[in-house]
Amino acid sequence: MKQYIAFFRIRFINFLQYKTAAWAAVGTQFIWGMLELIVYSVFYDEGIGIFPMDFQALVDYIWLKQAFLSFFALWVLDSDILESIRDGSVAYELCRPIKLYEMWFSKCSASRLSKCSLRFIPILLAAMLIPGRFRMSLPADLQLFCLFIVSMAAALLIISACCMLIYAITFYLLAPNGITLVISSLADFLSGAVIPLMFFPEPLRRIAELLPFASMQDLPLRIYGGELAYMEAVHVILLQLFWVIVLIALGKWLLKQVLKRVVVQGG
Amino acid sequence: MKLFFRYFLMELKSAMEYKLSFLLVALGQFIVSFSAFLGAVFLLQRFTSIKGYSMEMIMLCTASILLQYTLAECLGRGFDNFPSLVKSGKFDRILLRPQNTMLQVMGSRFEFTRIGRLLQAVILMAAGLNSANVVWSIGKIMTLIFMMIGGICLFIGIFIITASFCFFTIEGLEIFNVFTNGAVEFGKYPIAVFGKRILQFCTYIIPYALIQYYPLLYLMGKSNQTLLIWVPLLACLFLLPAVLIWQFGVKHYKSCGS
Repeated sequence: MKQYIAFFRIRFINFLQYKTAAWAAVGTQFIWGMLELIVYSVFYDEGIGIFPMDFQALVDYIWLKQAFLSFFALWVLDSDILESIRDGSVAYELCRPIKLYEMWFSKCSASRLSKCSLRFIPILLAAMLIPGRFRMSLPADLQLFCLFIVSMAAALLIISACCMLIYAITFYLLAPNGITLVISSLADFLSGAVIPLMFFPEPLRRIAELLPFASMQDLPLRIYGGELAYMEAVHVILLQLFWVIVLIALGKWLLKQVLKRVVVQGG
Repeated sequence: MKLFFRYFLMELKSAMEYKLSFLLVALGQFIVSFSAFLGAVFLLQRFTSIKGYSMEMIMLCTASILLQYTLAECLGRGFDNFPSLVKSGKFDRILLRPQNTMLQVMGSRFEFTRIGRLLQAVILMAAGLNSANVVWSIGKIMTLIFMMIGGICLFIGIFIITASFCFFTIEGLEIFNVFTNGAVEFGKYPIAVFGKRILQFCTYIIPYALIQYYPLLYLMGKSNQTLLIWVPLLACLFLLPAVLIWQFGVKHYKSCGS
């Protein structure tokens, strides 16, 4: 266990170095969030149709989504790991007396956490200070806020487990960009990154909410805005835990199958 | 021009060596832009219209920006790769050759995987034009062609400016994504939707509105000003400052590779 925590720490500190990149991302995400909110506000102002979300809850949802983009972004994978699979240096990792799955998993979650820890505070701070109706609200209820934190932690596990699946598939394909793009763009849509799942037409919304992708992003974000009541939030977390177990088990199994017949590329 | 064509063929051949990967990337590209469009469709279904603009207008806006951006990207993707050229010092090699630097950077890469997105843009465009019941005339066909020319020039201009900044910062700057991916994302809606200030910005500073909103008004018969046919060509002027910034950058280039 100790060595995996060490891997986690190394990665975490490593990504804290990239300060300029973080500031550039903060600016980009802030502008993006503003534009998104303008579109929604125009829709809401017209007042035709039924609004599935309260406007304030939507504002919170969008700002959280932007602030934690590097946390949620499935398409950002560890290029070192992908490169090591392609050029064969993964063989060195296999020689070490540690488990590959656990090591990569801790690296993967550390880099996400570290990247977003630099970015989310300035974005949320700005979002809470801007005047007008695009201002983000403070958490209304302490209990729900605690559940939100737990749910975000579960989301991190699900996202990392999903990345591990992509790495395992990369062993078969060697060229990662195609499969990454297909999986991540599907996940993007089904996790509420394009539009919140609440805006989906009815039967589709129900199905999407049960898939692991909704557990990655949409459901935790809805807990913050108070869209989900206390008991519903607990149900969400149980669903997330189910996906954590299933995806980790699947990833471990797949990686084991792959490693049995791995052919190291390059020399 | 002949040289540019040679670069083009060379890249096409190398892309065809990795068929499965090529197909998957093309499919992925298709899903990315299609899901973005589907998102807008879901919102419109719920709210029926946005500031009085109907589904057809959204379809045409999405399709035209997507088409312009994708075509520009196919040609100018070399600029996207530019930070790595500067970082590794490979730009030195380009400077040594007796050819235009911009041509060489542009030719360094072509993206054929964008075919998935291109296909989608063309289909959307056809469907949008069909359901909008456009009354065709020579003026309208010209508008469409000018829109494409103007749009491609505008986006290539943005690519060039983005790349030029690398001369000074070495790293690529993420903030420019707002002007490329952001334009595709939010260009789904007519720019007038975003309010007067943003419309002014998109008319005079970075002329997105000239290649999307104004000509589409004419195309859909909402405006009869024939001046609007020529408006998209004004967007080509955007290349001028872009090239100047590039030349300024090349002059101040300090090699940093080994």
